[in-house]
Amino acid sequence: MEKFAPVTRSEDGQPVRYLIVDDSVFARKNLARMVETFGGQVIGEAGDGISAISEYERLTPDIVLMDITMPQMEGIEAAEKIVQAHPEARVVMVSSVGYQENIVAALQRGARHFVQKPVKPEVLYEVIKYVLGEDGAVTTAAGAGV
Amino acid sequence: MKMDLIQPFINAADAVLSQGLSGTTKVGNLSMEEDGYRRKGVAGMVALTGDIEGRIILDLEPQTALRVASHYAGAELPESDGLIKETIFELANQVVGNAVCTLNDQGFHFRVHPPVLLASEEGDKTSEDVEALMICFETSMGNVYMNVALRHNKRRMSDHAKVGA
Repeated sequence: MEKFAPVTRSEDGQPVRYLIVDDSVFARKNLARMVETFGGQVIGEAGDGISAISEYERLTPDIVLMDITMPQMEGIEAAEKIVQAHPEARVVMVSSVGYQENIVAALQRGARHFVQKPVKPEVLYEVIKYVLGEDGAVTTAAGAGV
Repeated sequence: MKMDLIQPFINAADAVLSQGLSGTTKVGNLSMEEDGYRRKGVAGMVALTGDIEGRIILDLEPQTALRVASHYAGAELPESDGLIKETIFELANQVVGNAVCTLNDQGFHFRVHPPVLLASEEGDKTSEDVEALMICFETSMGNVYMNVALRHNKRRMSDHAKVGA
């Protein structure tokens, strides 16, 4: 898998911490491998919206990557509940069902961005940098944060 | 069965497989299935309900499924690994999700149901108004078969027409 310049937290230079939410183990592993090539750290995984909320409360990750179609509670509803309780939460929806209605609903209910599956690493990388904004820093080969 | 319903699924499968398997994909044989579905190996089925109803089956021979799942996992998987099933499910989800986006842009609305594993060797014969089309995608890891059986939901479509009138 392609390597990317590591994205770290600008406040302390530590890896960006991710919570990955998807009912597919395969999809979670795939995303985990991807964010690790960005220099990120997966601190938790969840397989449905309800677990996602409790895992967010427990771990307070920097970024949540959230599927939409999941059992028990779908991703858009879970994203809304997380953002209502934590307005600073950065939730990125990652779904194969990326039509306009879903994208608009997700953004209206608190998601920061939407990435269509199959996920292209270079697309997710740019979205992560965009969503982190000034809270993220790209570490160059010389080791200096940009 | 109308090709305008089928083509988004062929395009989506071609794109998903080409990207995921890091190689070119060729659309091989297309054939109509008049008898019941005969499973080839590891098969995941996704049902659609709404303006268009039916189901899509993604079916890989066992050795092809193992190669594909190992490719995605980045390591050789044992033949019994649960990730093989998960991989086929996720591929089916991605194909259906991408195709549904295209059809949604054309004004069709659906519900996509979670994938289920087809365990029996043979499925039911499709009904007269739901012909099934079998498409074979030739990939570097073996053939991937997609079986598509869809029909317009006439009641839903007439409801839309009334609203639009």
